[in-house]
Amino acid sequence: MYQTDTICAIATSMNSAGIGIIRVSGEESIKIVDSIFRGKNKIADCDSHTIQYGHIYDGDELIDEVLIMIMKAPRSYTTEDTIEIDCHGGILILKKVLSLLVKAGARIAEPGEFTKRAFLNGRIDLSEAESIMDLISSNSELAMKNSIKQLSGSLNKIIVDLRDKILYETAYIESALDDPEHYDLTGYPDELSNKVNSMIESIDDLIDSFNSGHILKEGINTLILGKPNAGKSSLLNTLSRRERAIVTDIPGTTRDTLEEQITINGVALNIIDTAGIRETDDIVEKIGVDKAIDSINDADLILFVVDSSRPLDENDEFIINKIMDKKVIILLNKSDLVSQINEEDICKKYNKPVVSFSSVNLDGLKTLEDKITDMFFSGYVKSDSTLYITNSRQASCLLNAKISLTNVLSSIDNMMPEDFFSIDLMDAYNHLGEITGETIDDDLANKIFSEFCMGK
Amino acid sequence: MSYVEESYDVVVIGAGHAGCEAALASARMGLNTICFTVSMDSVALMPCNPNIGGSSKGHLVRELDALGGQMGINIDHTFIQSKMLNASKGPAVHSLRAQADKAAYSLSMRKTMQETDNLTLRQAEVTELIIEDKKIKGVKTLSGATYHCRAVVICTGTYLKARCLYGDVIEHCGPNGLKAANFLTNSLLANDVEMNRFKTGTPARIDGRTIDYSKMEVQLGDTPVIPFSFSTKREDVQIEQVPCYLTYTNEKTHEIIRANLDRSPMYSGVIEGVGPRYCPSIEDKVVRFADKSRHQLFVEPEGLNTHEMYIGGMSSSMPEDVQYAMYHTVPGLENAKIVRNAYAIEYDCINATQLKASLEFKDIDGLFAAGQFNGSSGYEEAAAQGIVAGINAALKLLDKEPMILDRSNSYIGVLIDDLVTKETKEPYRMMTSRAEYRLLLRQDNADLRLSKIGYEVGLLSKERYDHVVEKERLINDEVARLKEINIGARKEVQELLESYGSIPLSNGIKLVDLIRRPELDYDKLAPIDPDRPELSDEVREEVNIYIKYEGYLTRQEKQVKQFKKLESKVIPQNINYDDVSSLRVEARQKLTKLRPANIGQASRISGVSPADISVLLVYLETYKYD
Repeated sequence: MYQTDTICAIATSMNSAGIGIIRVSGEESIKIVDSIFRGKNKIADCDSHTIQYGHIYDGDELIDEVLIMIMKAPRSYTTEDTIEIDCHGGILILKKVLSLLVKAGARIAEPGEFTKRAFLNGRIDLSEAESIMDLISSNSELAMKNSIKQLSGSLNKIIVDLRDKILYETAYIESALDDPEHYDLTGYPDELSNKVNSMIESIDDLIDSFNSGHILKEGINTLILGKPNAGKSSLLNTLSRRERAIVTDIPGTTRDTLEEQITINGVALNIIDTAGIRETDDIVEKIGVDKAIDSINDADLILFVVDSSRPLDENDEFIINKIMDKKVIILLNKSDLVSQINEEDICKKYNKPVVSFSSVNLDGLKTLEDKITDMFFSGYVKSDSTLYITNSRQASCLLNAKISLTNVLSSIDNMMPEDFFSIDLMDAYNHLGEITGETIDDDLANKIFSEFCMGK
Repeated sequence: MSYVEESYDVVVIGAGHAGCEAALASARMGLNTICFTVSMDSVALMPCNPNIGGSSKGHLVRELDALGGQMGINIDHTFIQSKMLNASKGPAVHSLRAQADKAAYSLSMRKTMQETDNLTLRQAEVTELIIEDKKIKGVKTLSGATYHCRAVVICTGTYLKARCLYGDVIEHCGPNGLKAANFLTNSLLANDVEMNRFKTGTPARIDGRTIDYSKMEVQLGDTPVIPFSFSTKREDVQIEQVPCYLTYTNEKTHEIIRANLDRSPMYSGVIEGVGPRYCPSIEDKVVRFADKSRHQLFVEPEGLNTHEMYIGGMSSSMPEDVQYAMYHTVPGLENAKIVRNAYAIEYDCINATQLKASLEFKDIDGLFAAGQFNGSSGYEEAAAQGIVAGINAALKLLDKEPMILDRSNSYIGVLIDDLVTKETKEPYRMMTSRAEYRLLLRQDNADLRLSKIGYEVGLLSKERYDHVVEKERLINDEVARLKEINIGARKEVQELLESYGSIPLSNGIKLVDLIRRPELDYDKLAPIDPDRPELSDEVREEVNIYIKYEGYLTRQEKQVKQFKKLESKVIPQNINYDDVSSLRVEARQKLTKLRPANIGQASRISGVSPADISVLLVYLETYKYD
């Protein structure tokens, strides 16, 4: 956060599918970008404040056609060497380029870090200090909240287990170094090599999952709300049955919310089905209702399902009052039955788009899908970009952990003494800790003392 | 009534390992210094294990020596066995450990103290600090005498309100039955110093003539012996060494301990102090590691003029009869006679976060503290702090900037930073894993790292410093020379490689690449490097390490560069953290309490997040212009 290494991030908002800019800043930014860019000239040989045309490569694989803008120190926003990469291939490509930069030695920027650097390098007026400090603290908190929120229980457990294994091996090596007459490391490198290989396998699995989006919940958080029996679940089923691009099926944290990720016309949605909202004295049901109401805050888009075969009642009113300031599409469901609700009245009354719909004969489905994608491409609905950044940061932490563990393997192969292993093991441990938001403190000393009987 | 009244520049309270180094440093830097001890017979006493050095502690002694300290020289004169631990591991974790003749060690240090100019060694108990306007003015002793001074270094070790325990016996005394210091704590409390209570312990000493060594494994020292001090000539330490022995506890030992746990003051709740987890009593080991069927015991001589043997690994606070029973279960100790009982000791110490990295109290000008009083454990940790506190007390009176060692230049820096930054909950022991840049902080290069500092503060002699400068030049020249040399696939080269099981060359190769092969090193390749100059063991060792591990060393040097940037961002001491509204509450409280000296130290305080540090950096930027 306070380092002067090279950082990178996506500088534009993530909602439009086309162009996006990645910004790289720091001492090594030119060297790093040069390592993945092929153009007429090396960036290092180009003048400041010029634009270069070329391609981004991952090894020999062409990734994207790009424009590169070069701003050499001190003539840039941060006053450091800064490169902006103008990508054209959409969100997935942006993500890919970002991960190439990380592989080449850059680090994903912390919230507000470009601005912080600009400030610390004397680029910004002092009167802005207060707002920058607020930005840093609030964004960091949000990022951490998101990071933890996004880790499903099982993913979290995998990382915690991995860290524990790494710490155990390090503690074993260190206790042998501290108390060499007590613990013997003969034959240990081979044993460690096997263990590290299996750790790398687990990390590879995690990286794969991140890349294919099995774990990521990127996309527009779309909440289906409505009173009981309005037809929420059938809407979810309709959307997901029609759309074969279901990526994952994540059981919710409680048995009464269900999430699915689907794409409509290329737009990713996380659809969250909720319990029917109504006033209730049933304790179990009430928990579900409260959960549904809580999730309104995090939603980017709400599909409010109304049973058009019945007049609006106090439960509908209750819900609509909770979501007036959100992006909402009102769905008049059961259009196959006799309608008790006038579409125009509703539209006027709540000033929200209304779509008439039937999950029985699929009337209005196309209209609904177009409406959703229109809202997205027009920028009316945005996905939460901090979510995206948190995800790519997590992925880069995994990558770094893997690199550190690979270093352990090469130290073993090169017959380095055992004390060299623990240096890279601890690096891997710390990289994984960044994902779960753990602080380091005295973990290693504690582990040595608790697991190994030390001292004379 | 009239009382004695004298004046000194510096008063050192205590003449243990910290006190001796502090007093010697201060006196050698030209300050008129008096060092108080509760007994002239306990100067540089080793009340527990009979070793100096060991894993990471050996590093501390080497560093102390490079600064101009005494411990390394003193043990080189009085050791009776020496070993380089971890010799088969990487150079960063090689550690020297010597068995001391305890009495000789203590006498030799006392003699050095007495013969040092500007230094007075005095038997008296200091009972009170004289502090006016948060500034130290002097001390008072039990007799009522007043000693005026401008700086005080507290090195009371385990003596403050000490009590020794075994079974239901409680003796209100310091280690080895020596007098405890019962008054100073109150004087500290009266000056708002926050106190802790820690505990440690020691095993029984057994009459060597009652031990059957044939049932134990013999452990011999290394030949040749490598001295601790960079100033000691290698030929002067090639003495005849005495053996140590290894034996084990067994299930029977453990049964006796388990059956009598209720009689141990540790388990009955009599002991209040917090003990170290890395040096557990045998009761602790048996309880906490119940699955282990045996524990190692090291049987080590206490000196050449006593038959006492130290039973390392079996410290205890069991009652006397249980001690007899449990020691008698150990192979070789069946008929052992105990000379001194094992015991636990409790003592007052401070929360060292009240200190600056110079070891001066943040809130009491001129008052310094070092050693176990600061919550550490071990002779070497104590001595290392002692020299820093002594040097800084002297520098202060000489109107010079304090000497701050940091995590990137020494284990001493790591030790002190941990003590003053983290709230230590148990006696703190040095470990190599605590040093994040340990590849750079080796025991072999302590002189290269610290001699310049020792010379500049005025403690290390010019002669010794010049020697280090020359050594560094020779190393650099040789490394530069080696990097230029290419080796062809000549017959003699191939033969040499084959003789070490190394793959023969198919093409020419750089000599440094051959040195990096695991099965080869600098010395082994001498026959194919005819222009090699004649160099000392020490220089050749540095050259070899530098070439072999260059990649790793460069990586750590890069990290150190980052580290230094943060350490150089000073936080003004009059900062009011309540003005920084974006700091999280926990961070604000911690920062207000600890008042870190710079951003680097702030970032190591638990409860301060990276985001808090960023906020602080931005705030400091605005602060500059106010």
